[in-house]
Formats: sequence, C-alpha cells, structure tokens
Amino acid sequence: MVEFKKDGWRAAIALTPMILFLLVFTFWPIINSVIWAFLDDFSYGGKAISHGELGGYRWITGGTFIKVGIANFKSVLTDQLFWVALRNTALIVIVSVPLTVIIGLGIAVGLNSIKKFQGFYQTVFFLPYVTNTIALGMVFATLFHQNYGLVNIVFNKIGFAWINGTTFTGTTDVTLVTALTVLTAYTVWNGLAFKIIVFLSGLQNIDKQYYQAAQIDSASRWRIFSKITVPLLSPMILYITITSFIGAFKAYSSVIAIFGTGRYGPEGEPNMLITVVGYIYDKMEYGGTPYGVAAAASLILFFIILIITVLQLQISKKRVHY
Amino acid sequence: MNRELYLDPKELKIFRTKQIIGKTLLYLFLTIMAIYIFIPFYWMIISSVKESWEIESMRLTILPVDKQYKLLWPWDWQWSNYKDLLFGIKKAEGEIGTEWLFRPMHFHLMFRNTVLVGLITTAGTIILTILAAFAFSRLNFKGRDLVFSIFLMTMMIPGEIYVVGNYYTFSSLGWTHSSNLWEIIGTLTLPFVGSVFYTFFLRQTFRQIPNELYLAAKVDGTTDFKYLWKIMVPIASATITTIIILSMIGVWNAFVWPSLVTNASNSTPDNYHLLVSNGLFEGLKNAIDSSGERAILNLQMAGSTMVTVPLLIVFFLCKKYIMRGVSRSGIKG
Repeated sequence: MVEFKKDGWRAAIALTPMILFLLVFTFWPIINSVIWAFLDDFSYGGKAISHGELGGYRWITGGTFIKVGIANFKSVLTDQLFWVALRNTALIVIVSVPLTVIIGLGIAVGLNSIKKFQGFYQTVFFLPYVTNTIALGMVFATLFHQNYGLVNIVFNKIGFAWINGTTFTGTTDVTLVTALTVLTAYTVWNGLAFKIIVFLSGLQNIDKQYYQAAQIDSASRWRIFSKITVPLLSPMILYITITSFIGAFKAYSSVIAIFGTGRYGPEGEPNMLITVVGYIYDKMEYGGTPYGVAAAASLILFFIILIITVLQLQISKKRVHY
Repeated sequence: MNRELYLDPKELKIFRTKQIIGKTLLYLFLTIMAIYIFIPFYWMIISSVKESWEIESMRLTILPVDKQYKLLWPWDWQWSNYKDLLFGIKKAEGEIGTEWLFRPMHFHLMFRNTVLVGLITTAGTIILTILAAFAFSRLNFKGRDLVFSIFLMTMMIPGEIYVVGNYYTFSSLGWTHSSNLWEIIGTLTLPFVGSVFYTFFLRQTFRQIPNELYLAAKVDGTTDFKYLWKIMVPIASATITTIIILSMIGVWNAFVWPSLVTNASNSTPDNYHLLVSNGLFEGLKNAIDSSGERAILNLQMAGSTMVTVPLLIVFFLCKKYIMRGVSRSGIKG
C-alpha cells in the first residue's frame, strides 16, 4: 500500500460541487419528506398565512401545519384508494416479476446453447433495451385496441375490450383482468432485454468444465440446468429478482401509457389500475393541501420495498452461491 | 455429442431423435419469443404509414395495401401521416381560429427542448462525476469511506421521495409550470446533475488505473488537476462515453418529472417546454377536439416511431458503450 499525503483540501474542492447538488436535490427532499409526513394538515405554501392569520397553525419553512403527529399516515392507511393502489401494485409484481425472470432465464439459456442464428436472435432480444416507455406503451395500446387492434383482428375477437371500450351507458367493458393482461404483456416485453443481457453475461462466465464433467456422467439436460446452471447463476437471478421487484413496485409510466387518458384506467373508471406511485403523485399534484399525505405515502412505499428486499436477501442467503 | 460414441445403434437413434426434437422445440420457443419482441416495433412502423380507412377496416394487413387489398410499394405508403403529425389536419378555418381534426404536434420543439435539457444535464453530470470519482478513487482524506457509503445509501431510496421533495423546492421558487424557458430548464436539469450511480460507476474505472501512473506524474511535478484531465479522463473515456449516452437516453425517456413540472395544458409553440416523452403523450391526448370517432392510431404510431427510431439508431451505433453500463446496473428497473 502506497502512503499518500493528506489531500484534504483537494478533496474538498473536487467534492464540493457534487455534495452541494446532492444536499439540495437529494438529501434536502428526503429530509423534507420525512418531516412533512409527520406534520398534521401540512399545507404547502401555508394556507393560514394567506388568510393573514395563523389560527391554530404553526409555521415551518414552506408551509403551515397544526401539530406533529401521524395523521398523514392514518389518512393514507384509511384511504380506500390507497388499498386499491396497493392491491394493483401487488398484482403487477406477483404476475410480472416471475414471468419476466423465468422467460428471461429460458431465453438466455436457450440463446447460450444454440450456434445457428445466435447473433440474429440476440439482436432481436436486445432491441427493447432502451425503448421509450410512453411510445411503446402506446404501441401496446394500439395492439390491444378494441376495434382496430392486431390482437383482436388475429384472434377474431373484434370488439373485445382489453383496455379501451365504453358501453352506451358510459361505463366501461374493460375489467381489471383484461387491463392487467395488457399491462403484463407490456411489462414483460419491456423488461426482458435487460434480464436476458444480464443472464447471458452470467452464463458466459460459467466454467465450461462443469458442463464437460456433467457430460461425462451423462447427466440429463434438466439435471444440468437445475444442478449446474441455476446454482452458478444464482447471484444474477437474485440481482434480477430484486431489481425487477423494485421496478414493478414503482410501476407508473407504463400504466399511464397504455390507457392514454392521463389516468390509470379507461374512460369511466379512471382509477382501475392506479398504482402506489400514481397515488403519491396524485396527492402531490391535484390536492395542494395533502402534501404531507404524499410524503407519508412515499415513506410507506419505501418501507414496503425495504422490507421485501431484506426478506429476499435473507431467504436467498441459503440458496445463493457466490 | 460425444455420448454418441458409447451408444449402440438403437439407443443412438433414440438419442438423436430426442436431440432433434429438443433443438426444434428450443428454436420454436426462441422464434415465438422473438416474434413477441419484434411485433410491437413492426406494427408501430407499418401502422404509421397506413391510411386511416385501412386501420379502420378491421382486416389483417401485413403491409400497407390499396382499396383492392393489393400490396403497395413503399413509395406509395401513406408517408403524409408524418406531415399530418407535424402540421396537423385542418377541419375549417374559422373566425375564432383554426379548427383541427388533428392538432399539430411540435416535434421540432420537443426535440429542441430534449436536446437542450439533455446536453445541460449531461455536461453538469460529467463535470461533477469526474471530480467526485477522482476524489473517491485517488485522494486520501478523512472520512472518505464514510462519505462514500452515505452516497451509496441514497441509491436505495426510491426516486418518488425526491420527487415529492423536489417538486416542492421548485414550486416555491416559482419555477414549475413557468413560462420562462430558463426556469423550466433549470427545473428539468438541476435535480439530475448530481448522480451517485454514475459516480460509483466512474470510481470503479478510476480505481483500475494503476497508482504508479499517479506517482510517476507526481514525480514529474504534474498537478492533480492536470493528471486527472490528461491521464485519467482519457484512460476512462469509454466509461465516460457510456455515462454520456446513458444520461442522454435518460433525458429522452424522462416522463414523470417533466410531466409534473411543465405546462402541458396551454402550450403554444412559443411557450412549449415539453420533452419528447410527455410531449408525445400530451400531444396525442389533446390532438382531437371532441372525442371524435376517427381512428388516429396511424398518427399515434407515427408519433411513437418519431420517438423510438432515434433511440434504436443510438442503440445500434453505441451498443458497445450501452452494454458496458449493464453489468453495473440497468437503466430500467
């Protein structure tokens, strides 16, 4: 180890800009969110001030509040819509995460074992890697369009309402199941490329000797897959599971994109597929007053993600081989 | 493969048949998945050059056709959809103003805004990242590891929490929904300039550069800054290129923050601050006055193509660099 002389000053100069930006746009918002979450009836801008008197309100930088408390959390947890959002988010996670991981793994293993056309397939599978969520969401909306969509034309189901379609009474034919199907088709499509890339690079790092040894023992394909490939790939599988879990838990843009109405559902039922993140942004944007509620909801989201990530890490301790 | 040597003819036949069936199934699976991946792109581009009646015909046409359902040559495809997308379709020139069947979408303005915001964000990110990564990888100071772990901890916190806080910060400055271009640009760029992830990424590359180079430069009396600029940056240029590309793509695909802080409802051309993602979304949402029955799916697909094709071109040209970022972390969840 080479001894350096102390570079305190130089480090200060080099780090100041980054730290400054992080303080203002990363740490400050976190601190603020945590504080607001615990201020009852926190109003951004300060509503009592605008009326010229404080009333029972107290002043804090940027707004007013009544007292320190947990009213925001209560308001989130007693809100029917939050539970709808949480249920929808959980459905998205439960359906799309295993599907993407399994299909991604299958494609990666398949790609790795073929020689002919490998480059061609690889190019196709990598295509969606950098796509725009909104643009491709609209493409999926078009594919599943009630009257003009490719899916309904091919399966001769014209008129079947996947994500759009209203009846004469102004209600919608779209159900949670059909909407979720489209969203899943899109989420899986959108996430596959990244998973395949990671799995493929993992597969290429596995020592060929294991496979040669298995061949000498004339192990079956399934045995090779389950006893060599999966265990040696387990760190990648864990990484992909955790990241896709977090990604699915934050679903928002994809839902907005497939409906195209600016809401989380077809016309007539704007909150059909509302997600937790959508719930947070709604509280921020339209209300003004329930800003503390948005902060509280975002903290709840953080804790849910944290708990499940920790759980996954705990469970995987026994199963992941490094 | 080598197993064939140990098998008697009968077993060999079964073995070979099994292998062929396995290979066929494998290729079948890969082909089905490849079609699944490819169809959205294909349908997007093909639909974007179809005429409206064809979209509404409810018949499966693989390529654009004429009214007798004969295939058209590419030069006869409905390329004017792109013109309609950019300039709109007029219904009538009224006294109160133009009535639109389809309102023009200001793609040139979206592109301008996105490139401007992308360049500023990226330039800021690169400068900050290089300096910070240098400090964390080469300089020796008290609390280095502590500061770095605090940095890393923020990566675990979901972005939604920053959004809630930052939205307030910029609102109280009066910069959100502002009609001033520079205030909006500030709002769109500043929160994304300081990136912990890129710092971490570049630090890893910087650490691979041998210390001897640094010491040699010191012996020659080179200043730290000159060493960073003349030696470390060129050596790490591949990583820096990756960061530039990922950062630009990030701005191109940014949707949530731009749609929260920019004025979507009353965007006239000289007061237009949307970026491509939310510009595409808002533009199509507001394209038709009344909920007209006319299918605008072809125009919608033309819009999606306008946003997607540049990304695909960048992806093919810079595949090598984009893939470098994958091993560290994805750009999507």
